[in-house]
Amino acid sequence: MAYLSNSDKDFAEMLHTIGVDRFEDLIENIPREIRFSGAFNLPEAESELGVSNVVGELADENRTFVSFLGGGAYDHYVPAVVNALISRPEFYTSYTPYQPEVSQGNLQAMYEFQSMVCELTGMDVTNASMYEGGSALAEAVLLGAQQTRKNKILFASTINRRYREVVETYTANMGFQLITMPRAGFTVNTGELESLYDDQTGVFVVQHPNYFGFLEDMEAISAFCRDKNLILIEVYDPISLGILKTPGDYAAHIAIAEGQSLGNAQNFGGPYVGLFSATEKLVRKMPGRLSGMTVDSEGRRGFVLTLQTREQHIRREKATSNICTNSGLMALAAGIYLALLGKQGLQKVADLCLQKAHYLADRLCAIEGVSLASNAPYFKEFTLKLPVPAKSVIDYAMKKGLLPGIDLSGEGYPDHLLVAVTEKRTRQELDALAETVGEAVRLVR
Amino acid sequence: MYRKLIFELSKEGRVGHVLPDADVPASSREELIPQNFLRSHPAELPQVPENEVVRHFTDLSVLNHHVDKSFYPLGSCTMKYNPKINEKLAGLSGFTDLHPAQPEETVQGALRLMFELQEYLKELTGFQGITLQPAAGAQGEMTGLLLIRKYHRLKGRNPKTILVPDSAHGTNPASAVISGFQIKTVRSTPAGLVDLDDLKSKLDEDTAGFMLTNPSTLGIFESQVSEIRRLMDQVDALMYMDGANMNALFGIVRPGDMGFDVMHLNLHKSFSTPHGGGGPGSGPVAVNNKLKNYLPVPIVVKEDNRFFLNYDLPDTVGRVHSFYGNFALLVRAYVYIRMIGKEGFRKIAEHSIVNANYLKKRLSEAYEIGFDAPSMHEFVLSAENQKKRGAKALDIAKRLLDFGLHPPTVYFPLIVKEAMMIEPTETESREMLDAFAEAMLQIDKEIDENPDIVLNAPHTTPVKRLDEAGAVRNLDVNYYKRTD
Ligand SMILES: Cc1ncc(COP(=O)(O)O)c(C=O)c1O
Repeated sequence: MAYLSNSDKDFAEMLHTIGVDRFEDLIENIPREIRFSGAFNLPEAESELGVSNVVGELADENRTFVSFLGGGAYDHYVPAVVNALISRPEFYTSYTPYQPEVSQGNLQAMYEFQSMVCELTGMDVTNASMYEGGSALAEAVLLGAQQTRKNKILFASTINRRYREVVETYTANMGFQLITMPRAGFTVNTGELESLYDDQTGVFVVQHPNYFGFLEDMEAISAFCRDKNLILIEVYDPISLGILKTPGDYAAHIAIAEGQSLGNAQNFGGPYVGLFSATEKLVRKMPGRLSGMTVDSEGRRGFVLTLQTREQHIRREKATSNICTNSGLMALAAGIYLALLGKQGLQKVADLCLQKAHYLADRLCAIEGVSLASNAPYFKEFTLKLPVPAKSVIDYAMKKGLLPGIDLSGEGYPDHLLVAVTEKRTRQELDALAETVGEAVRLVR
Repeated sequence: MYRKLIFELSKEGRVGHVLPDADVPASSREELIPQNFLRSHPAELPQVPENEVVRHFTDLSVLNHHVDKSFYPLGSCTMKYNPKINEKLAGLSGFTDLHPAQPEETVQGALRLMFELQEYLKELTGFQGITLQPAAGAQGEMTGLLLIRKYHRLKGRNPKTILVPDSAHGTNPASAVISGFQIKTVRSTPAGLVDLDDLKSKLDEDTAGFMLTNPSTLGIFESQVSEIRRLMDQVDALMYMDGANMNALFGIVRPGDMGFDVMHLNLHKSFSTPHGGGGPGSGPVAVNNKLKNYLPVPIVVKEDNRFFLNYDLPDTVGRVHSFYGNFALLVRAYVYIRMIGKEGFRKIAEHSIVNANYLKKRLSEAYEIGFDAPSMHEFVLSAENQKKRGAKALDIAKRLLDFGLHPPTVYFPLIVKEAMMIEPTETESREMLDAFAEAMLQIDKEIDENPDIVLNAPHTTPVKRLDEAGAVRNLDVNYYKRTD
């Protein structure tokens, strides 16, 4: 059988060394009445060759498209270096660095990742990863609410609904109230903030660029939070920070992102990596692992897991979070991506996304009846208002190998389409999409 | 040893990756976005050429101990071999390039894989429902506890306490708290089982459930499960099983048959998906019919040989992951199950148990065994004896590094003094177990004959013992904020 190292003969001899005659003797203490005696209703064992055929067919049953899908997962280019490096078994077959002397590679890479995300976001500290964006945000909300000891959380209605649902699950039994901030069109209505605030309000959560792709009036939001002494949690797009002002610039207390865009494949939704950054003041309350620089007994630089007294393996029920296994390898990919693209490269990716998105939006808006859903500025993603149901446009475009965007029916806008444009999309593809959407609109109308 | 930080390799103007020029009219940022939204200065990320980035991370990588290199008997972590075919097939572009919001009809292969994996995992555990969403064991625990809460709420009850044995992993109590419960700790008996008298004294109307790891973190099978089940039923409390140790049970018992209501699996332990230096993991939660209707949405369902994402579960606890869980790990676990097949699982359990008992036997020559009870796939030593002679569990662990071996989990479980928790897994050969045993026996001798070599260990690693207290005192977790 695959992956067992010992033969039947070894097995028998080892039983002899142990001092028993049969394997059964080792599990005598397991009561008969709870034993499993049947045979599993599972397929027979496959060879590698056999399983490659089975699973290869499953992969082939899926279809891929020239994709304009975003909404939390993006088709950015992943440089070859990233996969070459994260495929090294030294990285992917190691465990959490509990023995720092033989984990300096992981620990240093974590430290570098933490540092680069801090530099990107303008925040003081970043942990060495959460599972993904949604649960990272949920943990941020828990931290924020515990810190302020107030139970009302102002939650922008322009945040990715999937994140909101995760936050609701995490906070359901905590006695918090998530207050949905109404929006003006497709951005937070900053004029109404004052009326939502009362002295039980402690946390403000906003996504910028928001789920619909539009930029929020972060200056007004930041000023409001400062004025009311609220903990500001900003959900950002890491690629956008190649050119946009940072959560740090807006005096955010916690900055959260889905880090998939940084060197990770789309993988049908996971594994991704939650980026969790905060101000120095919150470091002892943060969830997750932190790698810290120190020295060894001979004075050489080295790294260890630090501030472990926050964590479940030490503090148990008093820990700041229950997280243990995180998204280490995806954080490594993000770190490699940031190091490789560097100061110039990240700006360039952001510029390309920005330019291509605007080029496409202009072309799409030249179609009769098609317009941007908001006048607010946008970065790489935008919401279009169509004169026909979004679904009809999607169905038509798929026949041409294009996935034009996300149907916003689920948000209550059946004639709106959320379109994302990464640096990967060529002008030809952008033109093809514009033409196809034009045809679809004319046909359906 | 390699001593540079990526930041120290950076030089202005160096380029790591060349991006194509814009093929659309290259408007300036300011024309497209109002100036007040733009960064005033770029992030000072490193500027390092590609070749040096590759060398840097390659140099770092070789500083890590890892399963492909050598033995990694971290108790509770199930560091078994990670098959290469898993990696290869999970890397197929028919999987990696899928966007999670693609229409269902375009991802039938992915959904079929998930559906079949759901069926396989239910079969292996003896449960009726399952979610693949949780991203790791701890998130699975939280999910399971939220299901338990929902169960009580819908019956109009609101019990607030989860009972947790003193041998439990730290995530158990932490997950109880993040799910809005409080915990009461239940003692273990000298035989390493749940102390039923203590359990009875803590059990009352406020008990929502009992969270049991079976086999426990001591590697001992909890044989009183049926009795515990009867006790729980008296107050309608539910039974959660932490399935981190599922490797020991395959084909021997199924948690669903044993009387548990809900459990999580760690695909990154029992199902061979790699640990990635700390993650990612995957922690599916399996349940019986009592809890099936409350599972997170969506769940993959099959109708007329087509596969769908079902969001229509009115009593769902909600969503714990933005999408469908760690899909690429589900692919690996699926490949593994197909490779092992229906007959193979029992062998995994048998070999993991024999390997552990063999090693335990060999080590019992010199080391005290924490609990004198039959062991399953792992066991816990106590280095009390060695400590009296001058070397703590930590010293022994550090000395093992000099043999190219990863030490066991140390100082856990908390109820064994100087604990060393050893889980060899079924994929290790007898020769490797012998090599480990010999190293441990030699270290035991060294404690008397050459104590310094143990107390100052490790000697051969890239760095020596690190100043952890100093790391806390002079906290440096961000290069850009360093003041020196
Ligand atoms: C017994 C036990 N329970 C729970 C967990 C938590 O699992 P994870 O690290 O995947 O969150 C672990 C592993 O670390 C464990 O060993």
